[in-house]
Amino acid sequence: MAVLEARNLFKRYPKAKVNAVDGLSLSVGEGTCFGLLGPNGAGKTTTVEMMMGISRPDKGEILYRGKPAGAEFRERTGIQFQDTALQDHLKVGELLDLFGALYPRRLPTAELAKLCDLGELLDKDPEKLSGGQRQRALLALALVNDPDVVFLDEPTTGLDPQARRNFWGLARSIKARGKTLILTTHYMEEAYALCDEVAIVDRGRIIAQGRPDALLKEHFDGVTIELEGEEIMTSDVEATLDELRRKGRSLAHLRVRPRTLEDLFLRLTGRELRE
Amino acid sequence: MIRRFWAVLIGRNKEFLRDRGALSWNLLFPFFVVFGMAFAFSDKGQDVFKVGVAGEVSALPPGFAATRHLKFVPISDEGEALGKLRHHQLDMLVRPGRPLSYWVNENAPKGYLVEKIMLGTDAAKPAPERKAVEGKAIRYVDWLVSGLLGMNMMFSALFGVGYNLVRYRKNGVLKRLKATPLRAAEFLTAQIVSRLILIMGVFTVVYQGSDFFLHYQRLGSLLDLYLIFALGSASMIALGLLVAARVTSEELAGGVLNMLSWPMMFLSGVWFSLEGAPRALKLFANAMPLTHTIDAARAVMTEGATLAQVSGHLWILGGMTVVFLVVGSLTFKWD
Repeated sequence: MAVLEARNLFKRYPKAKVNAVDGLSLSVGEGTCFGLLGPNGAGKTTTVEMMMGISRPDKGEILYRGKPAGAEFRERTGIQFQDTALQDHLKVGELLDLFGALYPRRLPTAELAKLCDLGELLDKDPEKLSGGQRQRALLALALVNDPDVVFLDEPTTGLDPQARRNFWGLARSIKARGKTLILTTHYMEEAYALCDEVAIVDRGRIIAQGRPDALLKEHFDGVTIELEGEEIMTSDVEATLDELRRKGRSLAHLRVRPRTLEDLFLRLTGRELRE
Repeated sequence: MIRRFWAVLIGRNKEFLRDRGALSWNLLFPFFVVFGMAFAFSDKGQDVFKVGVAGEVSALPPGFAATRHLKFVPISDEGEALGKLRHHQLDMLVRPGRPLSYWVNENAPKGYLVEKIMLGTDAAKPAPERKAVEGKAIRYVDWLVSGLLGMNMMFSALFGVGYNLVRYRKNGVLKRLKATPLRAAEFLTAQIVSRLILIMGVFTVVYQGSDFFLHYQRLGSLLDLYLIFALGSASMIALGLLVAARVTSEELAGGVLNMLSWPMMFLSGVWFSLEGAPRALKLFANAMPLTHTIDAARAVMTEGATLAQVSGHLWILGGMTVVFLVVGSLTFKWD
């Protein structure tokens, strides 16, 4: 059963004269990780904010366990914004207590600290944390009410590779507790590593949706050959290599790799800059 | 509901108490102003002798009436004039007639001198009827302190709540709170109560601290003074919330708050009384919560007024608080 559904969402920004979200529907299964991918300005954040209850859709509805998402939904969700600002002068542990008190149900601080690997961060000012530490603290804040649904909005943007992989580990362990994750990200490898299902959004609509492997299989037949900065998509590696040799190209730095979500993303959304 | 309110209240209090810069500023600034003004105006006195006349000035003995450096002030309310005499705001009170009656304050050196002067004129015959009153002087600083404390509260209320809220809206703290079950009314009430506790705490420290050195002449009840300042602060905090209800730019909020605070600082009677000012100016001043706060506090401080006697100001402050709060809450936006 879908834990969260968005039906035919519309949102228009009159000043920008643009339909930020233009008839978008999606359904998220319980205990899964759902990825929302798309270029800047595609409508991801607007969609997610409507689903979180931060903004209202002009049309359409959001259903939580089959009913319109209301007060109960707000109590059962956790949110990690891409760049959550926090109250000044409060330590991580105090922020957890503050936010915990806003919900009828809360996880004990010790459990959150263990789950999110906070250790001695509890006594620190969030301003003084490194990027990775800060994201772990924000994740703990998103989990403070032991939510059923956790929104992670670009949680690893700006993190170094170690911190990013560490965060993936945390996300997996949260999912293992039966939580439903809704992830927006610009990192296709992150979506591939974490998501059971992804939806690629562009111009306010979903242009592709499915399990990452299934999507790749559906859209691609073959691999990518990388040679001196050039990317060649092919379903027949041997024939392509013969062709390159015939043209006298050196194959010394050749690399063959399978198609990725990034290839799919670029194929579907194009390569022009969106900002 | 109470739990959510309480959590936000405690959080906000901690934030403020740990912001050492803001805390020191909130405590030290009013001290500097009170002591600075007390020092600067310590020699301020009347450069003429003031004689209240309960009746027609023209009915006074002509020789006495012609004395230089005596200012004769017609009095309509004898009781009020006696009050002023007790607090050295009048040096003598006379009632024309044969014989003349007069009241003088036994504790006032200037009263003693005016009496000597009068008795050297034609007012001495027939022998006037003398009545004595007693009372300590109300100094300028006793009058001024209500204004200074009120002004400090105004800045703390408007900028401490209004500006802070706009900053939290701009940097996304409010958006994060919006995603929780916290209601706007709970959040706003916690902001008000937190700031009210802070303002009254600062009031206590500054008032009691400066009283230790300056020994204010407070004629009314201290509890009444607390209640007036608490209500006055509530109205100004609510005004701060109203300004910050929707604004997202710190520059705009700063501009609006300055536009509100500067007229209040000069026209609400902080530094000088508006008695005798043009009617339009008085009407304008009466639209400001600080005017009513200071007028009521000053009446308690220097005239010994009771809450019932300043109830007009209290009703207006209460009304302003409710209106600002309701409009502020209804128009409030988290992001």
